Amino acid sequence: MKHTLVAIVENEPGVLNRVASLFRRRNFNIDSLTVGRTEDPNISRMTIVLDSSVTRVDQVQKNLYKLVNVIQVYEVTHQPFVSRDLALIKVRASGQAAWLASQFGARILDCSDEMMILELSDEEARVEQFVEALRPHGIIELVRTGVVAMGRGKHVVQPAPHLA
Amino acid sequence: MELTGAEIIWECLVREGVEIVYGYPGGAILPTYDALSKYQDRVRHVLVRHEQGATHMADGYARITGKVGVAMATSGPGATNMVTGIATAMMDSVPLVCITGQVPSTVLGSDAFQETDITGITLPITKHNFLVTHVSQIAPALRKAFHIARTGRPGPVLVDITKDAQNQKMEFIYPTEPIRLPGYVPPSAATPEQIERAIALIQQAERPLILAGHGVSMSGAERQLLEFAERAQIPVALTLLGKGAMPESHPLCLGMMGMHGAAAVNQAIQAADLLLAFGMRFDDRVTGNLRTYSPNSRKIHVDIDASELNKNVKVDVGIAGDLRTVLEQLLPHLPRLSHAAWLGEIRNWQEETDERDIIHYAAPSDKLYAAHAIRDLWEATGGNAIVVTDVGQHQMWTAQYYLNQRPRSLITSGGLGTMGFGFPAAIGVKMGAPDETVWAIVGDGGFQMTLCELATAAQENVNVNVAIINNAYLGMVRQWQEFFHGERYNATPMHNPDFVKLAEAYGIAARRVRTRAEIPEAVAWAHSINGPTVVEFQVEKADIVYPMVPAGADLDKMIRRPISQPNLPDWSENH
Repeated sequence: MKHTLVAIVENEPGVLNRVASLFRRRNFNIDSLTVGRTEDPNISRMTIVLDSSVTRVDQVQKNLYKLVNVIQVYEVTHQPFVSRDLALIKVRASGQAAWLASQFGARILDCSDEMMILELSDEEARVEQFVEALRPHGIIELVRTGVVAMGRGKHVVQPAPHLA
Repeated sequence: MELTGAEIIWECLVREGVEIVYGYPGGAILPTYDALSKYQDRVRHVLVRHEQGATHMADGYARITGKVGVAMATSGPGATNMVTGIATAMMDSVPLVCITGQVPSTVLGSDAFQETDITGITLPITKHNFLVTHVSQIAPALRKAFHIARTGRPGPVLVDITKDAQNQKMEFIYPTEPIRLPGYVPPSAATPEQIERAIALIQQAERPLILAGHGVSMSGAERQLLEFAERAQIPVALTLLGKGAMPESHPLCLGMMGMHGAAAVNQAIQAADLLLAFGMRFDDRVTGNLRTYSPNSRKIHVDIDASELNKNVKVDVGIAGDLRTVLEQLLPHLPRLSHAAWLGEIRNWQEETDERDIIHYAAPSDKLYAAHAIRDLWEATGGNAIVVTDVGQHQMWTAQYYLNQRPRSLITSGGLGTMGFGFPAAIGVKMGAPDETVWAIVGDGGFQMTLCELATAAQENVNVNVAIINNAYLGMVRQWQEFFHGERYNATPMHNPDFVKLAEAYGIAARRVRTRAEIPEAVAWAHSINGPTVVEFQVEKADIVYPMVPAGADLDKMIRRPISQPNLPDWSENH
């Protein structure tokens, strides 16, 4: 089963290195890891997706907590949440590809040199469906951001109160 | 007052109560060594002969005193030489602060002379580390380093400070505001619900067993452990680093568990219906095969590190907290219990174990067995010495035959198994406990890894005694080769120097012992000398540490000493 963890970390040099080093050392296999800024310049936010059939989620969570720069770790999977994965996909320009893009709600960002860049921002599974649908038409280049997630409504992921 | 970064380093060490710094100078740390002139009346600097020695000395000092040990080195090779000592401290949860000089911030990342990314290198073997590139960051980093090293599950923290930061000046007032570490909140106590569930399991149990580890001494819970065991009449098994957690003469104390633990202890673990794991982490050396480990027991696990709970062994009640605090929470709810039948069963196993003990075997008077030598050393020291071991057969024999009555009386590298640890650690131990008699028990192999510190012991006149258990083999490896590798003794025989002459070359008094009869007098001689001594014990070469659980085997599938041997075999033809 897929689990999505959100880690609130101090925005300091080397934090991503510490997290990556931990995953490597403990042999934690992850599907994706994204990191970015938040509303607070001192705080960065990581979204980690992992599969509990290959990696123990409780161990990942507890070991993340052991890193001094990691402030909070939340598992958002068991609460209502939204998640998005963004893909940019370059394909040969064609009516079929454009039709698929419209079916999936993807945008055409560029159309030049007989190629198109399609952009889809959706749940990870839906992005994967889109990629599979395009594959027979020939994917020239593909890049994905990895998953970001946020709890719905009152399910707010925030740093400890004294940081707010 | 305007101070340099170098002076601020020493100001911080003084404020943290640091008495001794073990270190070695070099280019990138030179400003700090220069500033030492102003502080050497308050902080003693011990010049080591290799930076690994500095970390082990700081480690020994920390383990005996419970304070933070401090080691200092320069950039590049100075820093990388510390790596083994840092990893040793990490595995055994020893509080260290290692301060390294770094090339100036202006050339960081340019492969400058003696530049190495020591914060990168030590990332997985430190509890935390800091790279400091400006004078204003020095005091905050050092304050955090000491706090992180000594609190929660203790561990080593490295602070890498660029040379320009050491040279910069600033108006300095020691910071007094609280340390801001929003992501660092060590667990402290159990919840009432956890206490209730633990007590319920204890009340139901008929064959309970306490597994006491290093956490007992680190949290200072020896008294609480004793009260707990006595009130509920629960026997106590010790991990290697748990030795000293309970007096070994106590009827409820069974002794050491695990790979070379007493057979009776491992049998008790396998037969128990409740394990109470206190400040230990179910290392593979104490569990053997995890799939068959203590199959019929419920398990209560108390550890300050939440990630240890359910890591190796699935537990029924996992409590992340300080052991002493949790035991104090449990004690008011703990009923007086009796487990006479269970204790009787264990006693039978102990008697059977005892029958096979080499201690009862008669050896020819001209032959010296390491186990006998260590037992005689125990008797000659009245069992009162602080013993520091290296790693290998002598370490296991020491654990088996030098019984510990007091907390922190055995200092040894457990988790990392670092050969070369024993002798430098013993120097740190003696400096941390100057009133104690300190014996380093080392093998001929491990001793040669760090024997350069003989010069440190001589220069500082550290009154530490070294017992070299010399079997002219890497004995533990040889034992594995005998059991598991078809007796092919590749790369284990050692052609050794004359250790007595070697010690004397350093100006250190030394003796050689070849028979049991000589031991009491040799020990008395070593104690009579005010300064370091070396006593070489020439022991039988092909002896085996029994019992032994082969790596990964079921805990009670031990290789035992053959019971029918009337006399010990004569291995002289192998010499």
